[in-house]
Amino acid sequence: MFKDKSLTRRTMLKGTAIAGAALAAPTVFSRGAWAQDFRNNPGDASSITLGFNVPQTGAYAEEGADELRAYQLAVKHLNGEGDGGMMNTLKPLNLTGNGVLGKKVEYVTGDTQTKSDAARASAKRMIERDGALMITGGSSSGVAIAVQALCQDMGTIFMAGLTHSNDTTGKDRRRYGFRHFFNAHMSGAALGPILKEEMGTDRRAYHLTADYTWGWSQEQSIKEVTEAMGWETVAAVRTPLGAGDFSQYITPVLDSGADVLILNHYGKDMVDSLTQAVQFGLRDKQVNGKNFEVVVPLYSRLMAQGAGKNVAGIYGSTAWNWQLQDAASQNFTKSFGNEYGFPPSQAAHTCYVQTLLYANACESAGTFYPPEVIKFLEGFEFDGAGNGPTLYRAEDHQCFKKVLVVRGNENPTSQFDLLQVVKEVPAEAVTYPPDLYAGELGPYEV
Amino acid sequence: MASITQFNPSSPKRDLIIMVVFAVAVLTAPIWLAPVGASYPDLLQRFAIFGIFALGFNILFGLTGYLSFGHAAFLGVGSYAAVWIFKLLTMNVVLAIIFGVLVAAIFAVVVGFICLRRSGIYFAILTLAFAQMFYNLAYSVLTPITNGETALTLALDDPRAIDAMFGVDHGAGLPAPSLFGLELTGFTAFYFCAVVLIIAFWVSLKIFRSPFGLKLLAIKSNQNRMLYTGFNPKPYLLVAFVISGMYAGLAGSLMVITDPLAGAERMQWTASGEVVLMTILGGAGTLIGPLLGAGIIKYFENIFSALHHAQLAESFGFLPNALVEPVVSVVSLFVGEGWHLTLGILFMLVVIFLPGGLMEGIRRLSAYVRAKRAGDGEETVAGGATQPSE
Repeated sequence: MFKDKSLTRRTMLKGTAIAGAALAAPTVFSRGAWAQDFRNNPGDASSITLGFNVPQTGAYAEEGADELRAYQLAVKHLNGEGDGGMMNTLKPLNLTGNGVLGKKVEYVTGDTQTKSDAARASAKRMIERDGALMITGGSSSGVAIAVQALCQDMGTIFMAGLTHSNDTTGKDRRRYGFRHFFNAHMSGAALGPILKEEMGTDRRAYHLTADYTWGWSQEQSIKEVTEAMGWETVAAVRTPLGAGDFSQYITPVLDSGADVLILNHYGKDMVDSLTQAVQFGLRDKQVNGKNFEVVVPLYSRLMAQGAGKNVAGIYGSTAWNWQLQDAASQNFTKSFGNEYGFPPSQAAHTCYVQTLLYANACESAGTFYPPEVIKFLEGFEFDGAGNGPTLYRAEDHQCFKKVLVVRGNENPTSQFDLLQVVKEVPAEAVTYPPDLYAGELGPYEV
Repeated sequence: MASITQFNPSSPKRDLIIMVVFAVAVLTAPIWLAPVGASYPDLLQRFAIFGIFALGFNILFGLTGYLSFGHAAFLGVGSYAAVWIFKLLTMNVVLAIIFGVLVAAIFAVVVGFICLRRSGIYFAILTLAFAQMFYNLAYSVLTPITNGETALTLALDDPRAIDAMFGVDHGAGLPAPSLFGLELTGFTAFYFCAVVLIIAFWVSLKIFRSPFGLKLLAIKSNQNRMLYTGFNPKPYLLVAFVISGMYAGLAGSLMVITDPLAGAERMQWTASGEVVLMTILGGAGTLIGPLLGAGIIKYFENIFSALHHAQLAESFGFLPNALVEPVVSVVSLFVGEGWHLTLGILFMLVVIFLPGGLMEGIRRLSAYVRAKRAGDGEETVAGGATQPSE
């Protein structure tokens, strides 16, 4: 009944163009006829299109919605509307608020459903039908890795959103994929010293781990760090994704002799397992003469909101928090707050920054030609994006910047004031050699 | 709805017309789908692939009435099998398809043999249990084979033994699947899927018209009576189950041919439910219905989900300014992230008012038109391909 709504002049024109292309397919699709020509070259067009691919349904829908808000804000700022947000603080920056290379920025959106198939279908639609020059988004590592691989094949740059697995820029790194967010390894490196300080070196840890690649990679990273400082790992139990009820996994913790519970969960799983662990009274227990502690290595404010007051006093790491006092974070929070009426999440932050970084790379390289844009981003050093001086490492396309260690606030002053920044761990402390997780970037030209 | 009382052996001439019209419609899809914004390779490929999946499902559900809630498992198995062929042997799609269909068939024999001991809801639950088991195995336990959550993809250092033997050069990037040197990407891949769909449709038509199809309908109609007349329905049911599993395997291998990645989510119970929806929405037991259903669901998923606020405002630009905002905010509930809602409403309407699916709607419409014409004293027009085929 709403079918005709999609029948705008634009779709009609595009459709006709594609039909034409279909008829001319044999000639048009011969690859690499001109060196400088590339997929979706905007040429003389007055605008460019970016593709925002986020989960709008499913377990991560809330994060996806926040990411989309951030993207829309970034597009506004790029086109010179609003107060400019981080465009005022990001250095070096060649953007002037006049679009990118004089072209207005437009966008298309899609629903990844947190499924690699749906995410790839959606990304392909943006590239094939809507002519998207760059794809960004994702709120799960599986999806990010799948879309990143697709973008490599299609020759379209992918600026990853929220993805925390070591694999994204490790074993599955790609020449066309870039990640600004931090990863499980960096979480471990940042959390380790704080855990040692707060809980000592003689602890017995019990892991509950989401049973898929991200969970394993985080469990591995945390184990390495804690065992190196003398902790003992009692057990590491795998839980199915979306279990809902974790009581059968939490009861054995009480009898295991462990005094720290590490929850390698994210999203709704983390909300459920943490809430149940607190309800079972783990936090009030004394084991081996010490207070029982719970650690959530990857924290997000949206999840903390879900778990409510249960997060009080629980340690974890996060990429960014709206309460940071630097000018960039303040600017961004103000700008986002004016637009939507509440502070941005870490997912929103990374997506916003990624969009500006891509736009700036095109502007600085003087072209949208992906290999040139990639070469500009590789080894790019910048500041004023909320995490201090940051390097986009050329070898694996991973950003190295400050990581925050946070603790659930005991006395929150508002519903957004849930996490308290304990320490900003400098980039040097979380940097690791690029070949620690070996992978192959692949070619510039595809 | 197909039922034994309506069984119509049809004439070869009419079947030929159906086939020709169908083939022309499928091959010209890039042109006639352009005005609704659906004419880009990925979605066209999906139409064809899920069409095949639904066609196969319909052979089981439409003809025998056995409702399988786990058909996505065979799709997934076919996908994994095809990717492994790409990785280990060759990027030529012929081998991948054969192997994908074969592996799906083997799984279907095992699952079918066990599940077909029961019928009705017990059969549905058994198939669902198997599918969920396969999903969980693929998602975590069998990660070395399936690559778990990250999904199985091609890698630069895959052996590709047969290609290596013949010295096929794939260039610097990841290789694309090919048909004897013809690279299957974009529209080329769609036309490949379209040809496979036409063949699959032809096979399905033949099954519908065959004595074997008649026996399946008899099982649906009254299995006890079949038993009393001396027929053992079990072998026929198993064959129908395996055939429809092979269709799913074929769809699965085509999915990785158009996009070389196999993830566990395509085996999830929601994916199994989707094909049931497609078939019921279009019309279970009709030849074309499942294809229609598949097309509509995929259209919603890919096009409706992508409409956002700004685009709506642009489409409603012709309205007076004061009206634009309220209209856009109401409509945006049904598109973008609300696409499930629209699909749900459509599904409810169809189930309530057209229990035979959209095909029943078309049949009623054509009967109405014919009655009207006859009333005007004109001659009735001979049925074309839009007519239901039973």
